[in-house]
Amino acid sequence: MTKNKQIQDKAKRLSLKILGLGAAVGAGALASDSTGYPATNPEKEWGEHFQSHYTKMSPEEVKEAVARLERRYKSQYDKEIKVATTPPKEHVLFGYALNITRCKGYRECVKACTEVNNQDKNPNMEYIRVLELDRGTFNLEEASHYYSAEKEVPAPGKFYLPIQCHQCENPPCVATCPVEATWKEPDGIVVVDYNWCIGCRMCMNACPYWARRFNWRNPNLPKDKINPDTHYLSNRPREKGVMEKCTFCLQRTRKGEMPACQAACPTGARVFGNLLDPKSEIRWVLENKTVFRLKEDLNTQPKFWYFSD
Amino acid sequence: MKTIKNIGQFTLFCAEHAFKGGKIFWGWIFFLVFLASMGLFTYIEQWRKGMVTTGLSDQVSWGLYVANFTYLVGVAAAAVMLVVPAYIFHHKEAKRVVILGEALAVAACVMAILFVSVDMGRPDRIWHFTPFLGKFNWPSSLLTWDVIVLTGYLLINLCLPGYILYHDYYDSKADQRIINGVALLSMFWAISIHTITAFLFVSNTARPFWHSALSAPRFLASAFTSGPAFIIMTFALLHKVKIFHIGWNIINLLAIIVSIAMQINLVMLVAELFTELYNAGAHSASAQYLFLGLKGYHNLVPIIWTGILLNLGAAILLMVKKTRENHKILFLACAMAVVGVWIEKGPGFVIPGYIPTPIGEIFEYAPTQVEVQVSLGILAIGGLIFTLMLKTLIPLKAHELGTNTSSHG
Repeated sequence: MTKNKQIQDKAKRLSLKILGLGAAVGAGALASDSTGYPATNPEKEWGEHFQSHYTKMSPEEVKEAVARLERRYKSQYDKEIKVATTPPKEHVLFGYALNITRCKGYRECVKACTEVNNQDKNPNMEYIRVLELDRGTFNLEEASHYYSAEKEVPAPGKFYLPIQCHQCENPPCVATCPVEATWKEPDGIVVVDYNWCIGCRMCMNACPYWARRFNWRNPNLPKDKINPDTHYLSNRPREKGVMEKCTFCLQRTRKGEMPACQAACPTGARVFGNLLDPKSEIRWVLENKTVFRLKEDLNTQPKFWYFSD
Repeated sequence: MKTIKNIGQFTLFCAEHAFKGGKIFWGWIFFLVFLASMGLFTYIEQWRKGMVTTGLSDQVSWGLYVANFTYLVGVAAAAVMLVVPAYIFHHKEAKRVVILGEALAVAACVMAILFVSVDMGRPDRIWHFTPFLGKFNWPSSLLTWDVIVLTGYLLINLCLPGYILYHDYYDSKADQRIINGVALLSMFWAISIHTITAFLFVSNTARPFWHSALSAPRFLASAFTSGPAFIIMTFALLHKVKIFHIGWNIINLLAIIVSIAMQINLVMLVAELFTELYNAGAHSASAQYLFLGLKGYHNLVPIIWTGILLNLGAAILLMVKKTRENHKILFLACAMAVVGVWIEKGPGFVIPGYIPTPIGEIFEYAPTQVEVQVSLGILAIGGLIFTLMLKTLIPLKAHELGTNTSSHG
């Protein structure tokens, strides 16, 4: 066999092998099948992919990032959406107290929350979970999470326990985030930078109150359901693959308004305010009522109290 | 200059041998490439549509991917069971095969890293990990620790054998002090990768099933069961197809390691079962769900008991000298241990941590076809890496030993 022929032979064998591998790849593509979920990924400007962490950006960079987001939201939802960056006020530390005697399980808070916070719709992502418990017990594992909305509440022999983010002073979710995409603001609110979160879900594992939600898909947010009054760190529209959570409606409360859940509560069970203001209603509750906190033994120091009349 | 040329030549030699083989070899590669590309195309679906394509939920937010990750970290750590006898105790046969263990560690590390990557919602933001450019929440976040120890372990297992083989190939003298130092480091490193992976779970005080001091020791025991068991199976196969003469001495040594590790693992299982179930309070709800079923939900019960029975069977077969030294039965026992530990430490550890949720909801999880296909793809990539490394290493080792083993084309 001449040397030339040998080389030809070698090349032939090699090309056959490459063809074979190519066939394997092709067959793999066919076997991968489709899943039936729609893929609706927004078009983004390059700058959004490379922008820095919210707290690392200069004021100019934040301005740019906000303008970029507002442009994207406009083209994505065909609606003007304002993204505020209102900073925390000094000498403010937000706290919440909930009167479980007054709570009747209407779940108006749950509804109001989904109306202002631009969560994924249908099925609705909800930040607040109201548990229905038998009177005489306090075992969460015996609670009903999906008590029927058609049945009349309060049901006889039951009481209700709404749970949402407790904005812990010692938040385990913040400690566990590998990239500091979630942190505690000076006014005590634990926030997420949706443009920084890598979606590992470590924080979800860490939360004792099951208060964190993940965007398993690109949120389904119809134009007419959008609240255009948003904040960078709270209710601006999110995207797939990132974490989100209750921020005590930071976009409202930093402007001195009530959180939506408090505003919607028909029984006045909810008390929200500044823990550093001795004349606030929340301070009055903490000083004059017998209060307790859920899972206080875990030392996360929640700023969410329960009390009864 | 000469070193660079030498390294080039050495790399060429390795690459040449990696892709030399007969029909069976190419059939095997074809099969793995098929699975890997299926995994890749399936992953593209998941990437485009989001993780809604998985069976994961806000209730059970880690599943099959993390289960495989946890298991493979253990397999990677098990290389230390060859490193110690080879480099520290200068066990002759261990020295000959230690490199195969290290190759397995490399493949397992790569698979583990891939499994974490496909579990991330935004892998495009991986650069957020980089110091200075991004934010690296070390030492607070256990995941940053895991990133450090896994990449470090991968590098160690690439560099140590690379260094030795390079010197073997050129018949030059490798510095024994460097080898000993790195081998010692890799010993502690192997323990650390698995301990830290356990701490990833243990650190969650809100999840009592994971928040147990026994988690990390159990991880180690089960790792030193399944890893060496897998190595035994590979060795037996290599021996059988006469590619590489392993020697039963080292296989028997590994069999004893698997046997002891499995017994320790089972003792810890019993301790856990007693602690969780004797006075079953709210804290043991997850364990009840796993082993007995909870309020009519029992998806995992048949699976975990299959795993326990496999482990128990393997332990008995390995404990008795007569069955342990019968190579067919040993192979069977090792296969049982590999599957049993996967069940126990993969789905049997990760999923019940989420059920019930910290506020008491029971929501079950089952993987989707997407998760299964992506997982198979990653395993195939690991298989490719391991196969190609073996193809390179065996002729190199043959070269060193002066024996004439096959490199047929």
